[in-house]
Amino acid sequence: MNRRAHLGALLALPMFWLIGIYIFSLVMLLVTAFWITDPFTSKVKPGFTLRNFEQIIANPAYFSTSMRTLGIALAVTILCILISIPLGIFMAKVAGPKMRALLAVAITLPLWAGYLVKILAMRITFTEEGFFNWALSPFGISGPGFSAFTVVLTLTYLWLPYMAVPVYTAIRQLPPNLFDASADLGAGAWHTIRTVVLPLIRPAIIAGSIFTFSLSLGDYIVAKFVGGSTQMIGSIIASNINLNPPIAAAFALVPIAFVVIYLVSVQRTGALERM
Amino acid sequence: MRSKMFTGRPKMLAGAAFVAAAALVLTGCSAGDDTAGSGSTGGLSIDVPDVAMHSAMGDMEKELNIVAWSGFVEPAWSDQFTADTGCTVNRRVAGTSDEMVQLMRTGDYDLVSASGDASLRLIAGGDVAPINLDLVPNFGDDIVPGMKGQIYDTINGKSYGVPIGRGANILQYNSEVVTEAPTSWDVAWEADSPYAGQIIGYDAPIYIADAAVYLMAHQPELGITNPYALDQTQLDAAIKLLKQQNKIVSEYWADPAAQITSFMGGTTNLGTSWEILRKLTGDEKFKSVLPAEGSTGWSDAWMIGAESKSPNCAYAWMDYTSSPEVNGAIAMNFGMAPANAAFCSLNDEAAAHCDYFNATDEEYFEKVWFWTTPIEQCIDGRTDATCTNFQQWTDAWLTVKS
Repeated sequence: MNRRAHLGALLALPMFWLIGIYIFSLVMLLVTAFWITDPFTSKVKPGFTLRNFEQIIANPAYFSTSMRTLGIALAVTILCILISIPLGIFMAKVAGPKMRALLAVAITLPLWAGYLVKILAMRITFTEEGFFNWALSPFGISGPGFSAFTVVLTLTYLWLPYMAVPVYTAIRQLPPNLFDASADLGAGAWHTIRTVVLPLIRPAIIAGSIFTFSLSLGDYIVAKFVGGSTQMIGSIIASNINLNPPIAAAFALVPIAFVVIYLVSVQRTGALERM
Repeated sequence: MRSKMFTGRPKMLAGAAFVAAAALVLTGCSAGDDTAGSGSTGGLSIDVPDVAMHSAMGDMEKELNIVAWSGFVEPAWSDQFTADTGCTVNRRVAGTSDEMVQLMRTGDYDLVSASGDASLRLIAGGDVAPINLDLVPNFGDDIVPGMKGQIYDTINGKSYGVPIGRGANILQYNSEVVTEAPTSWDVAWEADSPYAGQIIGYDAPIYIADAAVYLMAHQPELGITNPYALDQTQLDAAIKLLKQQNKIVSEYWADPAAQITSFMGGTTNLGTSWEILRKLTGDEKFKSVLPAEGSTGWSDAWMIGAESKSPNCAYAWMDYTSSPEVNGAIAMNFGMAPANAAFCSLNDEAAAHCDYFNATDEEYFEKVWFWTTPIEQCIDGRTDATCTNFQQWTDAWLTVKS
């Protein structure tokens, strides 16, 4: 009995957090998505309409923005993976202790700076007369300016630590004798990475990708400051949040749907159990 | 530990997935059935809820809650007000008109510094009360004529706003690149602009009105007589122009700091701006012009909440800030033309400010179309047409950039 009370007390706070705040607000969001907005005063009235969801698919601007956001989030995730794996292998298996500590600090240091500060830094870097164009002009290269490409670069910069840290940790935990065995059996470095390292660190990559993918899906400040005329799902939600909360609520379910689809497909591969 | 933390999640997520999938299925079902939604408003008359007017001044309350643009409520003049009246001023700075409308709907605020694109919505929603001008002695002959009795704050003969100041959305350019001073907006709108790729646009649905102003001059056959009264054909033409411009813009701005860095960083050489932003660049190479077609602009007014708990403090504030000195201080702090022209003759500095911002130049402001909420009723007086409302503008605006 006493043990039960203890368990209840222990779980009270997390359960309140999960149900009271997390689930409740999600449900409210879902309910609002069916409500009606008075077109003139933009006052929200409880009711039931599916028009808000219809808009997401019927309005070509909304649909193409959803697809673009999905593409950007996938590109950011892939870029983060491509950077993190060689970096993780170098840090864990090649670099000396000093170099390793230095790189670990370098990766996590940007997390200490404010989110907006980092975005504005990227904005200044990519202006026409900014650092990027200045540094590369001797080679005849001019930067991407403010575009969807710059959005991908900036989001990669923002979320890389969330991928790099778990990947590095996973590689560091790989027993050295696996590498020895692989080498003894005649596998080259590439072969070892592909057949030994990658399958073993896959859970870490998936854990990291959940962060990079979902954080990118929800972001719109980056698109606003370095995207030129790039719109993301968040831009549309922000445009509607005051004027037409129901359509903003309906649209907020799109990234949730993307993440759910992503997680379900990841779960089918069995990767989540091994995390 | 990690695996424990994660095993619980898939089930919960599966639940969410089911809900999301169900929603998608439902959406599919409704595609052919268009009964829900718009068209419910019916008649064209502006039904303004009957909200009582404050009849006479009474004892001052303890505090005054104001929603305002940044720079409108500052200790430099609010401290003196508190000393005079005993009303403690609580300021809430809002970033957009939409945010102001939402905040006023909470009923927690007594006053708002509403722009024309928010005021009509507030009046029609019954969120603000008409103003008893007898209780605002400073609202007198010195208020510039262009800010009295405008459609965005005077409905059915009742005044809902006490004007604070106004400004135009001007064409700013970098004179080192744009060597020939432009006199028309054509450099910002036409596909063959020599400055393609270096043009900045404003990032809000109300920017559609800027396209409409240009069309008024260049495509008279569309019959646009007021950029805030667009029927569907006219809105489509404006959106077509905006899409054409989208191909030649460097970016859009909503955040003033982003606009300034865009010009200063060389990404943008020409585009929509405010006088105060040009001033803030601190660089004389940036010049501005009010092009021949005219432009859009903004005009702000104090409005009192329908459920204000401190009406006496609110009226005292509206009167206090309409005096030449305080009105001028707000205008100088924010960088706009003051509503009270008497400020301009106070001293040399005030005169220079008024001159720079064209405060008393009605000819200048006659070419400026102040932001007004687009509504279904055509505010240009047409009765044979249905105009597009702000929600339609918002939807249309989002199609421009994709």
